[in-house]
This record gives sequence, structure tokens and C-alpha cells, in this order.
Amino acid sequence: MQVTLKDFTKAFDDLVVIDKMNLTVKDGEMLALLGPSGCGKSTTLFAICGIHRINGGQILFGDRDVGELPSQKRNVGVVFQNYALYPHLTVFDNIAFPLSVRGDSEQAIDRDVRAMAAMTHIEDLLHRRPSQLSGGQQQRVALARALVRKPDVLLLDEPLANLDAKLRLEMRSEIRRIQLETGITAILVTHDQVEAMSMCDRIAIMNKGEILQVATPTEMYRAPVSKFVAGFLGNPPIVMLEGRAEAGRFAIDSVSLPLPARLASTPEGTPISLGIRPEHFGREGAEAISGVVSFVEPQGRETLFDVTIAQGVVLRSIQPVRSDIALGSSVSWVLDTEHLLPFDANGQVL
Amino acid sequence: MSRNFAFWPIILVLALITAPLAIMYLFLAIDTVTTSAPGSFWPTRFTLEHWRFLWDAKLTGDVWGPTATTFIFASTMVVIVLTVSSTAGYAISRLNLPFRRLFLSGILVMHAFPAVTLLIGVFLVLQFAGLYNTLIGVILVKTGFSIPFGVWIMKGFYDQVPWEIEMAGVQDGASRFTVWWRLILPQVKPGLLSLGIFVFIDGWSEFMLPRILAPSSNFDVLSTYLNRVSDPDTAQYNFNLVKSVGLFYTLPILALYAVFQNRLMNIFSGGTKG
Repeated sequence: MQVTLKDFTKAFDDLVVIDKMNLTVKDGEMLALLGPSGCGKSTTLFAICGIHRINGGQILFGDRDVGELPSQKRNVGVVFQNYALYPHLTVFDNIAFPLSVRGDSEQAIDRDVRAMAAMTHIEDLLHRRPSQLSGGQQQRVALARALVRKPDVLLLDEPLANLDAKLRLEMRSEIRRIQLETGITAILVTHDQVEAMSMCDRIAIMNKGEILQVATPTEMYRAPVSKFVAGFLGNPPIVMLEGRAEAGRFAIDSVSLPLPARLASTPEGTPISLGIRPEHFGREGAEAISGVVSFVEPQGRETLFDVTIAQGVVLRSIQPVRSDIALGSSVSWVLDTEHLLPFDANGQVL
Repeated sequence: MSRNFAFWPIILVLALITAPLAIMYLFLAIDTVTTSAPGSFWPTRFTLEHWRFLWDAKLTGDVWGPTATTFIFASTMVVIVLTVSSTAGYAISRLNLPFRRLFLSGILVMHAFPAVTLLIGVFLVLQFAGLYNTLIGVILVKTGFSIPFGVWIMKGFYDQVPWEIEMAGVQDGASRFTVWWRLILPQVKPGLLSLGIFVFIDGWSEFMLPRILAPSSNFDVLSTYLNRVSDPDTAQYNFNLVKSVGLFYTLPILALYAVFQNRLMNIFSGGTKG
């Protein structure tokens, strides 16, 4: 089921937090709403499921405008951050609750619950209570309960935030597997770029109540539309240098760095922010930049280096593990000119 | 548990202060089944004659009628207070009520208000409604005085239920009423149980209201019955008999406390676990 937000507006009292937002989630797609805390992503999610009333615009499921419908009539499955399982009910009764509210027959409920339990791998837990489950198991139950009614849309609010690192990896692929198997349209709210990139078909990145860019993870990483997007994606993060254009190059204090060829004719003195991802320094490229290694951070498979090329100007490089470079070594590494990400004074990509 | 101070001096002081009360309680119980020589403290003979009031109505009048009345009095209170508190507490905790703050402070004021000061007004209302000198009237007044406390306590319990549970229920397609009945109410069951017991004990012990609002009626509750029995100007006056009736009157409360003391504790710590 395709989900469309048209001029969706949400205000709390007089404070407009989301103004005329437009977004389309394709049928069967998993889309991430990514952004920092307070950017309005959860507000959007709660508006879609009907917890928040909207102040303007439309929310369409397919062709059906559900903007004014109460939650009960929207047919949306929601997984809350803390799972919100019903503590007094067994796992079976938790999953059965949406069906029993709908008035399904005992046999139908039993059949559907067991089928859903099989899909989420919790067949052995059906007689337990939520307090007897681990975080990952509770997550599976919450997913099963959200999906058992065969909703039009599945909404996930920070579903992995309460899990430890190892479980998070496991549930990441599990949620994706279940979403693909059911073919349901899903919206994932998260502030974790890794989660968004690894689980979703497309990412809508938000800041201050606005969607900045909607794209596939690779595309968004490769070609961010703004400084904010470039800074939000990527780990280790991008290095951002503030300087100006000088003779077709980028100048900062005494240092001069190349710019992509398409910017050769930028007017003199134009302020530019130059974003350099760690993987674009020290691997391949034409122009060599020399400096002193000022920090070394081994990460197992790779090593992260900070290279000071002038007073206060530090580039970052990530490379396959190498032991020949120690703190304080002088290096001369190449910069991949065409992959640099230059932005103008307003933070828009050049 | 390890302690960083000596325990026994505190126990000793507390024991000394409590001793007179504890000893009198003990003798209350002992005296009901013994007789002692006049002027003597120590019992001399075991007897059950003081408990004859249980079956011999000639002694002090029928005791089972007042017992039944007291039970009805307390139970009715429990039913009404629980019904009103479980719904009103929910509304105050969760719904966007107009004048919610006013309501809340009103409840607090009502809870803190000494009931005695309202008696004249209550008397006038009952008189007007034709409920003066009736059991129903007394029950309604006592219940009314207990409801603010009940609502306040239940609001506290509802506040502890995570709102996501409620939202999850709504998303699962349940109406607000179904959510309340099937998902939220079970979470506050410990609160309802403690409140119920508390109100029952409160009703069971009530003396002032029946005495003042139904002075010449044809019913007695146990407290007014005990009051009548302990009037030293009667021909039948027997101190040990009074003690027996008193013990009979307190037994159900002692039993409730013994069984449910842990439950009653959490009414003041304000909520459920898990």
C-alpha cells in the first residue's frame, strides 16, 4: 500500500513543528525517517498512525485519505520503542489481542497467531509473559503483534534503541527479513544512520521539521544535497573545512586544496565548505597532500588516521590496517579530487 | 542487610513506648475468655461466658443484625468507591479534561478537609433529601467523603502505566473503553485491591457518621452497638462482655491487615511494579 503525505502540517498549540511536508512511500518499500532528536520524525510517525491529530494536509493510504480517521480505523501496525507489550497477558494473548478485538473466531485466531509466531521465530515462547523474555524476544513479539492483523503499513519507532549492540545487529536483519517476506510497506524512525542505511530501501533525512533529501542509502551517501546530510551520514564522519575559492582551488589559511573540475570557474573569494570523506584521502587520486600524522585509531579491520596538514587543518583518512605509520610520521597521501563534496555558504551542494 | 548503627537501643525505646498499648491489647484478648477476682489484675478462671452475646440476644441485644449492617455498609462503600475511583482516576490521569487542574486541587482539598466541619451542611442536605436517619443516607455521606482519597490514589496508579500500552491497544483496533477494561485496568489491579481493603476497613470502623446522621434509627452498626453495650448505666453492664464485643468487632480488621499488609503498603508507595 502506497503511503502519501500531502502538505502535512503539525503544530503543538501555536508552535508549528512540521510545515507542509510532502513524502511518498512506495508500495512494499521500507523507508527510513532519519534525523537528530527533535527533528519531527516521531511526530510524523505518530501522525501517520493517528496518535497525533494533523493540523493540515492529507495522509493517504493508497487512495484513501485517513487524515481524519481515528487510529482504530487506519489499519496500521506500530512497534513502539519500548515494545509496549501487555504485561498481564501471555505472548500468545498479546499477539491475539488485535484479532480478538476484531472478533475473529477462536480457530482463526489460533491459526493466525501460530503462523505469525512461526514467521518471527517465537513458537516456543507463546505461553510466557513479557517479563520472562529478553529484549530481542520482546521485539519479535511486538513485531508479530503489529503484523498479525495484516496492516496496510508497518511503523517502527526506534525499534532497536533498547537493544544491546549484538542483538541490534541480529534484529536489524530480522526486521528486514520479515518486512521483505510480508511485502508490507514500512516506515522506520531512527536517529542512527547505520540502521537507516542497512535496513531501508530509501532514506528521508529530516532536520527541523523539514525533509532535506529522499534517496537510496548509496545515493544519499555519495551525493548529499547539503552539508547537514553529508555530516549526518558516514562513520567515521566527514571532515568539513571552511575556506574560499581562489584561482579554481580551495584555499584555507595558507593551505590550497584542489576542487572538482566542474567548479574551476567559481568566482574568486566565494566562501566554500569542503567536505572530505576519510576514504577519499590516502587511497587514490592525482594530487598528493603532505602532513604529519597526529592521531591513530586502530579499528580492527581498518585504521583511522588524523593528518595535520597545517596549523588547525586536519584531514582524516581510513585505510586497511597498516603498521608502518606511527604517530608523528610525515606522510604524503593522495586526495581523490572528484569525490570531494563542496558546499556553498548556505550549506547547499555546489 | 548490614547496619551502620546499633539496632537494639532503638528497639528498646520503641518497645517501652509501645508497651502500655500492647499490654492492654493483650489483656483485652485475655479478659474475654477469663474471669478475675474484683480488684485483681491476674485472671483466675477460663470461661467462655463473655462470648454468650454471640448467641444470647437477651444479654446485649442481637449482635448479628449490626454485624450484617456493618458488612453491607462497608461493602457498599467499597463497590461505589472502587467504581467511581477507577473511572474518575483514569479520566484525570489520561483524558484531556476541561478544568483538570481545578478538579485535581479540588480533590486534594476535599481529601484534606476535616469531615466534621461539613456535618451541618451534610445534615441539611440529608434532611432535605429525606435520607436523614436512614442507612442509605449514612452510606452515601461516608462514601462521598472517601471518594476524593480513592480517586487520588487511583490516579497515582494510572500515572504509572506507560502510555505506549494504551496507544498500542488503540493501534490494535480496540476502542478506548476496551483498552481501559482489558489492558489498563489489569495493570492497576494491585491499586484497586489495596484501595478496596482500605475503604472496607474505613467503613467497618466508622462510628461518627452513623451516630450523628442516624441517631434514632432502627439499625445499628457494630460501632454504635458497641457504644450502646459499653454504656455503664445499663443494668447488664459487664466490663469483660464489652471487651468481648470489642474484640469481636476488631477481629475482621486484624484478619484483613494480617493477610493483606503488603498490599496495603503499596497504596502509599503509590504504584505497581513491572
